[in-house]
Amino acid sequence: MYGFLIIVGIVLLLFIIWMVYRIQTLVSVVKGSDKKIASGSNKVNAFLFIVFMVVAGTWMIWYSIKEYNNYQLPIASEHGVITDQLFWITMAITGIVFLITHVLLFWFPYKYQFKEGRKADFYPDNNKLELIWTIVPAFVLAALVIGGWKAWSDITKPAPENSHVVELMGYQFAWEVRYPGLDNVLGENDYRLTNASNISGIDFTDKNSFDDFSSPVVVIPKGEPVLFRIRARDVLHSVFAPHMRLKMDAVPGMPTRFWFTPTKTTEEMRAELNDPEFVYEIACTEICGRGHNAMRKELRVVEPAEFKKWLSEQKPYIVNNPSLVADLPIELKELADITISEHK
Amino acid sequence: MATAHTATHNEASHDHHDHEHHENFITKYIFSQDHKMIGKQFLITGMFWAIIGGLLSLIFRLQLGFPDMDLEWLRPILRGWITPDGRLDPEFYLALVTMHGTIMVFFVLTAGLSGTFSNFLIPLQIGARDMASGFMNMLSYWFFFLSGLIMFISLFIETGPASGGWVVYPPLSALEQAMPGSGLGMTLWLIAMTFFIASSLLGGINYITTVINLRTKGMSFSKLPLTIWAFFLTAVIGLLSFPVLFSAALLLVFDRSFGTSFYLSDIYIGGEALPNTGGSPVLYQHLFWFLGHPEVYIVLLPALGITSEVIATNSRKPIFGYKAMIISMLGITILSFVVWAHHMFVSGLNPFLGSIFMFLTLIIAIPSAVKVFNYLTTLWRGNLIFTPGMLFSIGLVSFFISGGLTGIFLGNSAIDIQLHDTYFVVAHFHLVMGSASFFGLMAGVYHWFPKMFGRMMDARLGYVHFWLTFIGVYLVFFPMHYIGIAGFPRRYYSWTGFEFSNMYTDLNMFVSVAAIITFGAQLIFLFNFFYSMYKGRVASLNPWRSNTLEWTTPLHPGHGNWPGEIPAVYRWPYDYSKPGAKDDFIPQTVPLSATPESNLPHEQELVKLEKEIIADEEAVLVADESKES
Ligand code: HEM
Ligand SMILES: [Cu+2]
Ligand SMILES: [Cu+2]
Repeated sequence: MYGFLIIVGIVLLLFIIWMVYRIQTLVSVVKGSDKKIASGSNKVNAFLFIVFMVVAGTWMIWYSIKEYNNYQLPIASEHGVITDQLFWITMAITGIVFLITHVLLFWFPYKYQFKEGRKADFYPDNNKLELIWTIVPAFVLAALVIGGWKAWSDITKPAPENSHVVELMGYQFAWEVRYPGLDNVLGENDYRLTNASNISGIDFTDKNSFDDFSSPVVVIPKGEPVLFRIRARDVLHSVFAPHMRLKMDAVPGMPTRFWFTPTKTTEEMRAELNDPEFVYEIACTEICGRGHNAMRKELRVVEPAEFKKWLSEQKPYIVNNPSLVADLPIELKELADITISEHK
Repeated sequence: MATAHTATHNEASHDHHDHEHHENFITKYIFSQDHKMIGKQFLITGMFWAIIGGLLSLIFRLQLGFPDMDLEWLRPILRGWITPDGRLDPEFYLALVTMHGTIMVFFVLTAGLSGTFSNFLIPLQIGARDMASGFMNMLSYWFFFLSGLIMFISLFIETGPASGGWVVYPPLSALEQAMPGSGLGMTLWLIAMTFFIASSLLGGINYITTVINLRTKGMSFSKLPLTIWAFFLTAVIGLLSFPVLFSAALLLVFDRSFGTSFYLSDIYIGGEALPNTGGSPVLYQHLFWFLGHPEVYIVLLPALGITSEVIATNSRKPIFGYKAMIISMLGITILSFVVWAHHMFVSGLNPFLGSIFMFLTLIIAIPSAVKVFNYLTTLWRGNLIFTPGMLFSIGLVSFFISGGLTGIFLGNSAIDIQLHDTYFVVAHFHLVMGSASFFGLMAGVYHWFPKMFGRMMDARLGYVHFWLTFIGVYLVFFPMHYIGIAGFPRRYYSWTGFEFSNMYTDLNMFVSVAAIITFGAQLIFLFNFFYSMYKGRVASLNPWRSNTLEWTTPLHPGHGNWPGEIPAVYRWPYDYSKPGAKDDFIPQTVPLSATPESNLPHEQELVKLEKEIIADEEAVLVADESKES
């Protein structure tokens, strides 16, 4: 039914176009305007550029201001303040260029539209002008790059020693979150050890893994550096925490990392936004298959004290599932058992 | 005058080149070796693909704009890809996005644009009988056709076409277990792209050889129209970068079918650990973007070349800064090979490399800026005639500015952390690459239609088409900046799963409606195109009063283009509104010696030289003639 209606619609549309077309060719033949260099439409087109400029420009500016609070996500990390600042500086500079060039681009057609008897200026080149508009953009861009480069170097420099480590592993279609436990060192992993009860492929012959634990939510302390160690188990994924201005691909076979310092707890953000439901989120931004748009993980920022308390309440993998260490050599098994009993 | 002089040439000529061998339907319209017919074949095929690519995007725009819509009515076409409750299958959504990207970038804007206009215009504008190798040129089209055929078939197979995004990053694209589209669909994608690369290379080699070797007398590189410069440099870029895509694809084939580990390492999927170790998915990204970034210029440069020509002609003014335009294009050509990793700032790339590529990327913005300023200055104090071609060219400049400026954000690695793989990127490249090149294509069709088919397209339908499309494109792509800044990720079937992106449903609906209307506006063009082909007003020989050589050919040039001798060229193509000249244009075939009233001082010097050449030439002709008689 729909299909039929659409076909009828298209046929009608084509018919109307054809009618209009026939009528106006006849009219223009009668008026002899098809012989002229530039017909009356030239004026109309020139004028429409001005109309477009005014209407579209006003609409753009109005909408950009009105929607600012919607599209500008609040910032919740230290480096995010800097990158957003760069963003808005770039916006200011390119915005000015955008407006000036567009005003010229739409005003010239109006101003210099064809007039019978006028001759265009023969103005083939001017090296001074070319030089100016090579060098000025070069300097402006250089300034922008240097700002960006400094921020980028700071963001990507090695994480501070005291960073809290969290491992995020992407797989189809979720994130597995692993904490290193009290030693702040993640146990080794090997993808060949992966199975249903060991999603991350943790190597439990490594003592460091004994206190590693998993969490359904990424919990991190406010005001202290956090290091995300990122990897993937099957295909590419990408960790994206929009409020943290954080993004890093998760690559099978090549662990990546991103460190940052959160500046606002979830509670503080709730108060600030007046939205008691607010949560920070992590999404996947590298296409990974059917569930790409559903790899959601909650990120919870808490006060450092609360974080400590939370840490101490967590149960390591081997406590929740002692069979993971059942086959270990005897000395290691004993150590593991000690860890398990400590957490009882 | 111009015509007078060419006429003497023609009389003196002896028709040895004008072999009217008997052409039948097959050699004339199908396995044609005439560059003009091949150009038209590319154009029609490109238009076919543009419709397919556009329709695919409408389907996924329906999903994004109206997620709750009942799509049961699409079942007759999409069959199993509509879920029982009348929704689009999420995997098919990804397949649509992938095919849309592949088709638009490669089939429409590479083959449809370069293929059409390089083929059609290079011999006509440099004064050659045909391409250097008509046979290779024919192969180039038929490889493209075959490539398209295979891609088209892949749309209908049970497991669906390739679905990993047009960049087809492994491991997703390498492992059948990862998604159904990575099975047979991906194999067909790789085969199709192999033929496509072969087609591009055959074409490119031909364009380069032709431009270097077959220019007519007097057509030095400094007298070439900017269109030819653009096609030439585009071909050079393609020749250097497409083989790298081929190697990337080849290694992917090995990984998929022969158990190698170029891109695969440490993978546990479908309940099993794969044996591959030591490979790197990032290697693929390097290889891909080594083509991928130059590819965006392969798409864009021809459009800029066409625009230069159309804007100069219809401003009745020389293009401002001819040399600067060439230098910018050369700069872009070279720089386009050293910025690829700006697509990989957050791929796990060494941050130091990230800094290097940030510097290089922002350098490439400079020649782009120079081009924009030169276009603006060309309009300044012109005598502008708004033919549809001219309107589309002005539209192109607007998109090039809007999209180019957002490149400055993305090229800054610190800012790109947030923007990468969001709708901001989608907005950026649809404006700067997609829409700008599309408008270049349209400008070219409207401008050279009279040369292609000997008839005029209807101008008023052209105006309506332009305004609907120009406004429509902005309505579709401009709002994407906002949702991009808000962090909406690309290639998402639905955004409602996240709180931060569970908004702007109204804006997305708006975009989808705008997309449908903009697509609908293209029907006006299709009608105009096919109707004018048969029923359009018969064109005059030089309808835009343009300087370049193609307008000195007969209305319907035969195989060989000029019935007589190929005209010689005496001046650059941009002598519009020259002070002192009677007309506001002086074609390239008019010798300087015929226009003492308008020559510039340095040209007056050249006149002497030119006289000698003409004398020489005439002596040869006379000698030839006496030999023959
Ligand atoms: C002013 C100069 C330009 C700069 C600085 C620039 C910069 C960038 C950057 C950094 C990205 C990657 C963004 C990301 O994925 O996070 C990008 C994406 C892209 N750019 Fe540009 N660009 C410029 C001009 C162009 C031009 C002229 C074209 C096309 C003719 C183009 C086409 C594209 C495309 C297709 C993508 C998306 C690729 C994808 O699927 O990821 N860009 N641009
Ligand atoms: Cu994903
Ligand atoms: Cu690029």
